[in-house]
Amino acid sequence: MSDSVLVEESEKERQDARKEEIATRRERMGAKEATCLDPPQLFEEGETLRSIDEAVFKPVESFPKFKWYVMFAISSACMGLFFFCFAYTIVEGIGVWGNNNPVGWGWAIVNFVFWIGIGHAGTLISAILFLMRQKWRTAICRFAEAMTIFAVICALQFPLIHTGRPWLAWYWLIPAPNQNNIWVNFRSPLLWDVFAVSTYFMISLMFWYSGLIPDLASLRDRAKNGWRKLIYGILSLGWSGSNRAWRHYEKGYLLFAGLATPLVLSVHSVVSFDFATAVIPGWHTTIFPPYFVAGAVFSGFAMVSTVIIILRHQFNLQHLIRDVHLELMNKVIIVTSLIVGYAYSMELFIAWYSGAMYERYVFMNRVMGPFAWAYWSMVICNVVIPQLLWIKKFRTSVLLMYPIVLLVNVGMWFERFVIISTSLHRDFLPSSWDYFKPTWVDVGLFVGSMGLFFTLTLLFVRFLPSIATSEMKAVMPGAQPTHHGGKH
Amino acid sequence: MAEKEVVGLAGMFDDPNALIHAAETVRDAGYKKWDCHTPYPVHGLDAAMGLGESFLPYIVLAGGFTGIAAALGMQGWMSAIDYQVVIGGKELFSWPAFVPITFELFVLFSGFTITACFIIFCKLWRWNHPLHDNNIMAEVTCDRYAVVLEAGDDKFSEDKARSLLEKAGCSDIRTLFKTQNDDSFI
Repeated sequence: MSDSVLVEESEKERQDARKEEIATRRERMGAKEATCLDPPQLFEEGETLRSIDEAVFKPVESFPKFKWYVMFAISSACMGLFFFCFAYTIVEGIGVWGNNNPVGWGWAIVNFVFWIGIGHAGTLISAILFLMRQKWRTAICRFAEAMTIFAVICALQFPLIHTGRPWLAWYWLIPAPNQNNIWVNFRSPLLWDVFAVSTYFMISLMFWYSGLIPDLASLRDRAKNGWRKLIYGILSLGWSGSNRAWRHYEKGYLLFAGLATPLVLSVHSVVSFDFATAVIPGWHTTIFPPYFVAGAVFSGFAMVSTVIIILRHQFNLQHLIRDVHLELMNKVIIVTSLIVGYAYSMELFIAWYSGAMYERYVFMNRVMGPFAWAYWSMVICNVVIPQLLWIKKFRTSVLLMYPIVLLVNVGMWFERFVIISTSLHRDFLPSSWDYFKPTWVDVGLFVGSMGLFFTLTLLFVRFLPSIATSEMKAVMPGAQPTHHGGKH
Repeated sequence: MAEKEVVGLAGMFDDPNALIHAAETVRDAGYKKWDCHTPYPVHGLDAAMGLGESFLPYIVLAGGFTGIAAALGMQGWMSAIDYQVVIGGKELFSWPAFVPITFELFVLFSGFTITACFIIFCKLWRWNHPLHDNNIMAEVTCDRYAVVLEAGDDKFSEDKARSLLEKAGCSDIRTLFKTQNDDSFI
């Protein structure tokens, strides 16, 4: 068969491929006509392999719009604030924070859990949805993975500052030999956390970078400028798209996904052990690991939406990150919102059912005490408002969904604040009860960590491809051969 | 200018079906040193090229087991042998408490093994790949597919290779010349 005949044939197949996929799916579901379970149309008509490259690499290959510079100026100013507050805390000591005697874990740990949670959506999209063969993940996975890494970088800052003197923290954070010949306590969940979070960071980094390699090679080959060619050439590690390399690469990528899936579940479970293994009422509950993981995915998806809506608007990527992708993410947000809502009510029920006086008091205090404003902000933002996403209009309209995802971010921050502050501020001894008020340094560190996150994100979308082109190409209709001698 | 040495022949394709067909033809002709270059992994190409399953999982599993051994060994030695501290009245080697770190190191060592395998088996140290200096790479990383026959193969002669690619349905055949010191590139 000649090449041209095959090309014509494949054009027809390209169109038939989608029809066939829909028909198979409907048959399996036993449906006769169009249903909501039809596979979503992820590509616009007329999209080609080359047009994906053109769209994705444009932001990297051209100077950004004025808006990018404005955003960069604001976020790097906030990042400056972060480093200032960091230095101020180190010089003065953590007494400059709002932490007091009963509330020994203040905003630093709230922010740590918040940022780690944000990171989880990236791994969920890149690993769990990969194992489930969800093709729509390809449009958002690279960006979400990058977000994971930046979020974990932000998260790691907080326990580090909280140690007060990070350069001495070596000896109880990692099993390093020291002058007392004593080792770290391997039975402490705080130490498990050190291992879990640092493993998570390294695995995410390797997973993300190995995924980037084929796209960096594309950038290298598109480069006109010598410096650009050299830099992307070095970064792409000599990738040549060889099938002998793809063979191992694909297997390795699958293994990364298979390892990252239990890892991501373990990381937030271990974070929740920090609380759950303590004897503090309000913390000492077995529901914490799944509850934390669901909350992490919930907040992470909200953050992905928050940033990606701006990203696709700024760089005209609406035809690749389509409304259907946002709608699918909103569906995940509804599911996780329900899980989180279930966890909130189950916590209250178990507190009552346990009959334990302190446990009951903590939860009554949470709902009606001095931090009730925080508790109800959390419930409204996380459980009540996301229910609007049941309405299709709210799932598909950017203007309607944007306030919802922003409020989910707020609500999830409040969740961590509520768990930490309300459980600590009124402990067993009424004489030591107190209220928690943050200082300007607390606020500066939190706002500053946002600046750190967005500065890294803005640099990422400017210098690296924010959509995984090689993965998108592979799931395009007609991109895979339909007949190859009857063998697979 | 001295005549440039031919390092191989590249047949360019626009369609994955044509590529699979060509790969099968080359495989059946008995070539050993050849490769397909694609912008994304093409399903079925491994079989069409006569390549088996990747052996990566076995190496990675070995890496993971090394991680488990290292984690249990480290925690056991440090808490039960080198500096014994009784915590919470538990045994010195209280293995259930060691599970989280053991799991994390299993994942971490596996991840490092995958990365090392990428570098070694996907030849990611080859910045000097001869294909980079030819014009086919820009097409291969964008939207075309190439079958490359290396001159180092015993069966290779430029005419025979060209006719093989033509037989495989290729209408765009390019000769790759040597541009730097490189003996083999597959």
